[in-house]
Amino acid sequence: MKNKFSLFIIVIFLSFCFVVFYKGLNNSNTYTPKVDEKKKIPTFKAKDFDSDNYINSDKIFDEKIFYIVNIWASWCVPCRAEHPLLMQLSNNQSIKLIGLNYRDNFNNAKKFINEFGNPYSRILIDKDGTLGIEFGAYGVPETFLIDKNKNIIKKFVGPINQKIVNDIKSIIK
Amino acid sequence: MLANQIGYYSLILGLLLSVLLCGVSIKDLTRSSKQINQNVLSLSFLQLVFVTVSFLSLILSFINSDFSNETVFNNSHTTKPLFYKISGTWGNHEGSLLLWLLVLTLFIFLFLIKSREQPKKYRILTLLFQQVIIIGFFLFVLMTSNPFNYLFPIPTEGLGLNPILQDPALAIHPPILYLGYVGTSIIFSSSLAAVTQNYISKEWGQHIKKWVLVSWIFLTIGIMLGSIWAYYELGWGGFWFWDPVENISLMPWLTLTALLHCIVVLERRATLTSWVVILSITTFTLSMCGTFLVRSGILNSVHTFANDPARGIFILIFLFVLIVLSVGIFFIFHKENNKNSNNFFWLSRETSILINNWFMMYFLSVVLIGTVYPIFLDVISSEKISVGPPFYQKLIVPFLIPFLLFMSLGPRLKWIKSKIENKNSLIITFLISVLLAFFIIKNLNTNLLFYTVLVSAAFFLFFTTLKELFIKKFNNVSQTISHFGFSLLILSILFNSILSSEIITNIKVGEKYNYSNGEIFFKGIEERKESNFNSIIASFKIKDKNGKTIKLKPEIRIYNQPVTITSEADIKTTLLEDKFLVMNLVKGNEYFNIRYQVKPFMVWIWISVLLLSLGGLMSLFKRKI
Amino acid sequence: MKILKILIVLFLVTNFSELSSDETNDVLKNKILKNIRCLICQGQSVYDSESEFASSIKLIVDRKINEGLKEKQIYQFLREKYGDWVIYDPKLNINTYILWLLPLLLFFFGGAIIFRKLSN
Repeated sequence: MKNKFSLFIIVIFLSFCFVVFYKGLNNSNTYTPKVDEKKKIPTFKAKDFDSDNYINSDKIFDEKIFYIVNIWASWCVPCRAEHPLLMQLSNNQSIKLIGLNYRDNFNNAKKFINEFGNPYSRILIDKDGTLGIEFGAYGVPETFLIDKNKNIIKKFVGPINQKIVNDIKSIIK
Repeated sequence: MLANQIGYYSLILGLLLSVLLCGVSIKDLTRSSKQINQNVLSLSFLQLVFVTVSFLSLILSFINSDFSNETVFNNSHTTKPLFYKISGTWGNHEGSLLLWLLVLTLFIFLFLIKSREQPKKYRILTLLFQQVIIIGFFLFVLMTSNPFNYLFPIPTEGLGLNPILQDPALAIHPPILYLGYVGTSIIFSSSLAAVTQNYISKEWGQHIKKWVLVSWIFLTIGIMLGSIWAYYELGWGGFWFWDPVENISLMPWLTLTALLHCIVVLERRATLTSWVVILSITTFTLSMCGTFLVRSGILNSVHTFANDPARGIFILIFLFVLIVLSVGIFFIFHKENNKNSNNFFWLSRETSILINNWFMMYFLSVVLIGTVYPIFLDVISSEKISVGPPFYQKLIVPFLIPFLLFMSLGPRLKWIKSKIENKNSLIITFLISVLLAFFIIKNLNTNLLFYTVLVSAAFFLFFTTLKELFIKKFNNVSQTISHFGFSLLILSILFNSILSSEIITNIKVGEKYNYSNGEIFFKGIEERKESNFNSIIASFKIKDKNGKTIKLKPEIRIYNQPVTITSEADIKTTLLEDKFLVMNLVKGNEYFNIRYQVKPFMVWIWISVLLLSLGGLMSLFKRKI
Repeated sequence: MKILKILIVLFLVTNFSELSSDETNDVLKNKILKNIRCLICQGQSVYDSESEFASSIKLIVDRKINEGLKEKQIYQFLREKYGDWVIYDPKLNINTYILWLLPLLLFFFGGAIIFRKLSN
């Protein structure tokens, strides 16, 4: 009966593999890092867009309100789509927007801001992309919602839409 | 246009022939004649002809840049050189499946011709099992991956082929690899047939060994070609990345090597019958499983074909049908060998072959688990992890030490019961290996103990096999050459990885860069136009500490369809070392980023794999004498 | 035979003592970069990739090495930002026990089978 037993084990094992592979087909094989874990904002020093001086992160996030960190660039097409929504958010008193100008040319970035408006209370320059990495970003646009205790509570990969804006508005009330 | 029609209908006819062949051969099973009905052979040949015609039609469509054919449109371009238009035929999913069918039908026909002295029922059953596989692939092609789909209106230009794939090594890599990889199908079919006939015996072992050897040789060389391509084309001097697609070609190779060794035991002692059957089934199953993993989009890799879950489901079901069929036949028909010859004396050649299989199965499990575990984890717990080179190296490299030692001692043992002869010379060889290894490693400032042991083991195999070659023990030259080739492979890989050095820097035209062993001088650049790309060719003069200079000319190519930028390394190869220089643009800059590598013994890696296959080739032809 | 061996040794020693790798920092950096997965390219390591993300990571790793961080700490830093998937060497934790241990278990299992076959 040893044969029957090993046959049974093999059948169970094969069925298990079949189910796993079948389910695996439907999973995407591209990877997006998890967006739901609460993390403290990184400490860093960055160059200010307007004054050209270096500022510490604790000076940037000095008030006890909500912050949004938005990674953008003049060469990034979806950034233009989300820009009006950022302008909308900037009118809200309980939140301040910090822009991270990612791997961009200064003049092009200035043109972008002049043309489409400036929703940011401050813009930081991230010429080599390393500041974005400190936030766990890997592309552009990406947006982070930071609460009063300096925790990153939400992360949005890709351009934000009206639904996301509504979500944010309800959180920051 | 016409080629499209011919190609498509040839496939349909091929499928119909499969059904006809099954019918005719089943009828022939019941006939009492000793030889197969000539019709069966003719039909099998006809099937091969139809598949060949279909394949040639696709090639013709590629040559003519017939963009009414969807596959040609997706994968070719009018400005592609002729050689790459032709090789583009099998460089895509649909065309490569035609290559699968070609090898499947070719091998069964050759099998029928070359097995006339074999029992008739066994031959017919082999044909039938192979037809199951062939029908499956015909259906797969016709239902999900038709190479002859029409496009209307007819585009004037194609989407081109990735320029990285336009390389001679990569052009011949699929056909050679498939002859090995798909060739394992015949071993699968014939072992299933032999099981039903209770024919797993010495005679069967002798007969099937040629097929195992042929598959094994092609698979070895096919894998080597893939590595050579990666080394020359992918630009960073690596030749094996433990990428899923590479692993998938390696797994059948591991089982096939184990099978090759077991067949030797089967021939001599008529034992290990169950294990031989299991290995035969497993090898082709791994090939099919690999096809599934690569073509379904379930894995993330540089090499995977386009993602298409519908295809994935078909292959998955097909794969499991084959597994259920083979497992079923094994359990129903296989009769255990009751003789006492099933027990081996601990010091014998049979045992050393068992030990070889033990290690091979371990290596297989490492590669298999490493490749598929992320899929299982993702499905079960939605956690995503990556399994890369560090995993494989940590689990495989330490086990190479005992493996190499067993490889040195095993072949010296006699069958059934043995003593170790010439103990003294063995001990002396061992001591010399250790001393040599120690002396070398000490001068290289690396992880002393581990590498010394590993290199000693490799040297031990190296010297023992070298000695056998010189003492003219010609009764087993082919095996000695292969084992010697393997020791050379391990030594080349080890010393290459320990001794390689690299410099990465940004440099401008006219600049000189000084490093610890010399200087690099960026002389200038020259621009050139070819039929489907523009290139920037740089001139570098590199002077080493001894004042010797070499000139290297890496290239950056800008292809026009699709728009891609590639870096072509310039590599100067000598027996001693490869000097490797590759260049990249730095965005918005007059600087170029260069990587200069000195890689000792690189060419010996390829030479040793050729030696490995040479041993197999010699064994194949030895039978004919 | 003996003379051949002495010649080989001398040859190797004299020719390859100068081919030692560059500064240890560079070696360490490359080792780390080969172990990091490029997030936006399919199946390439950061070392092999020329993408923008890869070049940013290379700068960060450089910085962290200069700040004195050890190899494991750099991996931990990246794991916190991007998850375990970004490192090629799977950490031994509850998710990967089976991954690391199953091959070894199978090895011992195979050894047991052979041992039984021999001692009967």
